[in-house]
Amino acid sequence: MNKIFAKQSIVVPIVSIFLGLMFGAIVMLAGGYNPITAYNALVSEIFSSRYNIGETIANITPLILTGLAVAFAFRTGLFNIGVEGQLIVGMTAATIVGIEFGYLPWFVHMPLSVIAAALAGGLWGGLAGYLKASRGVNEVITTIMLNFIALYLGNYLIKAFYLEPGTARSYKIEDSASLRTDWMTNLFDGARVDLGLIIALIAVIAFYIILWKTKQGFELRAVGLNHHAAKNAGINVNSNVVKAMFISGMLAGLAGATRSLGLFDAQTIAAAYTGLGFDGIAVALLGGNGAIGIVLAATLFGSLKFGGGGMNYVEGVPNEIINVVIASVIFFVAANGIFKLIIKPFKAKRKQKGAAS
Amino acid sequence: MEILAQLGSITNQSLVFATALIFTAMGGIFSERSGVINIGLEGLMITGAFAAGVTAYYAEAAGLGGFSAYVALLAAFLFGVIFSLIHAVASITFKADQVVSGVVINLLALGGTVYAVKLIFDSAQTDTLNDAMLTKVSIPYLSDIPFIGTALFKAYPTTYIALIIVLITFYLLYRTPFGLRLRAAGEHPSSVDTVGVNVFTLRYLGVMISGGLAGLGGATLVLTTTSSFAANTVSGQGFIALAAMIFGKWHPVGALGAAFFFGIAQNMTNVVKLYEWSSGIPEEFMYMLPYVLTILVLAGLVGKAYPPKALGEPYDAGKR
Repeated sequence: MNKIFAKQSIVVPIVSIFLGLMFGAIVMLAGGYNPITAYNALVSEIFSSRYNIGETIANITPLILTGLAVAFAFRTGLFNIGVEGQLIVGMTAATIVGIEFGYLPWFVHMPLSVIAAALAGGLWGGLAGYLKASRGVNEVITTIMLNFIALYLGNYLIKAFYLEPGTARSYKIEDSASLRTDWMTNLFDGARVDLGLIIALIAVIAFYIILWKTKQGFELRAVGLNHHAAKNAGINVNSNVVKAMFISGMLAGLAGATRSLGLFDAQTIAAAYTGLGFDGIAVALLGGNGAIGIVLAATLFGSLKFGGGGMNYVEGVPNEIINVVIASVIFFVAANGIFKLIIKPFKAKRKQKGAAS
Repeated sequence: MEILAQLGSITNQSLVFATALIFTAMGGIFSERSGVINIGLEGLMITGAFAAGVTAYYAEAAGLGGFSAYVALLAAFLFGVIFSLIHAVASITFKADQVVSGVVINLLALGGTVYAVKLIFDSAQTDTLNDAMLTKVSIPYLSDIPFIGTALFKAYPTTYIALIIVLITFYLLYRTPFGLRLRAAGEHPSSVDTVGVNVFTLRYLGVMISGGLAGLGGATLVLTTTSSFAANTVSGQGFIALAAMIFGKWHPVGALGAAFFFGIAQNMTNVVKLYEWSSGIPEEFMYMLPYVLTILVLAGLVGKAYPPKALGEPYDAGKR
């Protein structure tokens, strides 16, 4: 795993994006659509108005956070596939705190709700870290299982205690807990851009500082690079595993907070996952697990997701094509050995030409 | 007698839920025993369910009637095998991270199939099947036995096929040279290589069989329960099957038991309606049960599970 993720090369992600978009184009052609006009509709949808740019940013924000969450665990050699569950737990905590405690002033209530989300997500992730450290249980499996438990637990808590009668969602959170601010909303003509974006950007900086500028971060990365060597150097591997999963879960929890405190003002009874956690894996992989890379990758995928809507109603291309593109981008990043295979015939031809002349 | 009859019908209904899990968990065993993690089971089930929904629709339209279901099962198997090749190529040939590759399978399956359904049917789901839907078959004489008869011997043909697959899995894995080699590829691949058996071939076979069986699992859902394919047809069944495989400790008989148990857990919402005492338990807690149990098993609180030793490690002949 580390071999792929430690690779800092910029070539792999760029070629992968290109091949992913090409594959999407082929799938569109197969479906009888014109990929050029479709991609054109995608791009123009994003930039067509200030409102749309704002909504694109609203799509990017949670992806930055879930991407950071996945990457943070990756850096410690852990595969946190449970970002989805930690996000749901965080969102639920934010909703509950956001509905309760309405008597607090906003400058206490809003941060409190956000912190509750981070802590809840952190604990959910930390649980998987603890099971790995103390019992040696592979975090991939536990986090998959914890995802489902989180989904049903969140639904249960909302349904049993906070359901607004006659709806399939919780009560609205109090205004004092909301991440929305007038200046940001007005700036984007009423789009749902809110303080979540600021939280995400702070998280990016914190991610960088913790991992590269602190002793703790050095330990975490040392464990990720080679946990035997780290152990020999006197680093407590187990405690770092728990810490990494806790912080990763916190980042996921923050992503959850941006949904119920910002985007939706409430929490819906969910029949299925948000998908943001799994997209976070894509973001982290494409972004090479670095702070800047993650922001760029989240921007790309968030834009694709929002612009996909434009493709749908201008050109009639089903939205799902975007997931196909994203999946194939990760495929090419992960199996980048395939590039050599694709390039080979071209190289061989060039050699032949060279020999002939 | 009343309770016995009810238990019989609960068991019977749970078997319906369990069938898809049994198919898929057996598939998972083939893949993981050969050393390839397969969290793409969910996606493979989705492709199977898609293939079954579409094939059965056209077979029905072609006038094949009840036979359509079997054509659909075959198509689902083949489609699963083909789709699993993506996972195999990425994780075996190109040594991609097997978990990442599994995530790709899941994303690609959901995106690709719903895209195709929208193209073909101009709607978010396939048209509802009629004649192609499987009906329960009673086994003569055996189904007349009280309790056991209603519980076990009046089931969908797919349930019987699934049980036969369990037997075949067991036989293949533990009674044939192929099985020994497959398991060895998952435990100690270099020793397999040393005796001149190709690890890559074994792992490709393991993944392809898992694709086919997971495809059958997905098809079962469409042909016995949902009668059409949509984005939410599979919704997590592949992960429950993964849980069943682990809960069953990567052994066909264990996984069969786990799948049946999870089938009961999934069927619990129906059971809750029958019994007064259980009505206080929220259905969400019933849904959680398989996952909680899997974590407990893995944590060693309910027995200890040992995954195949070389699980997740790409085989590199040059590495020692």
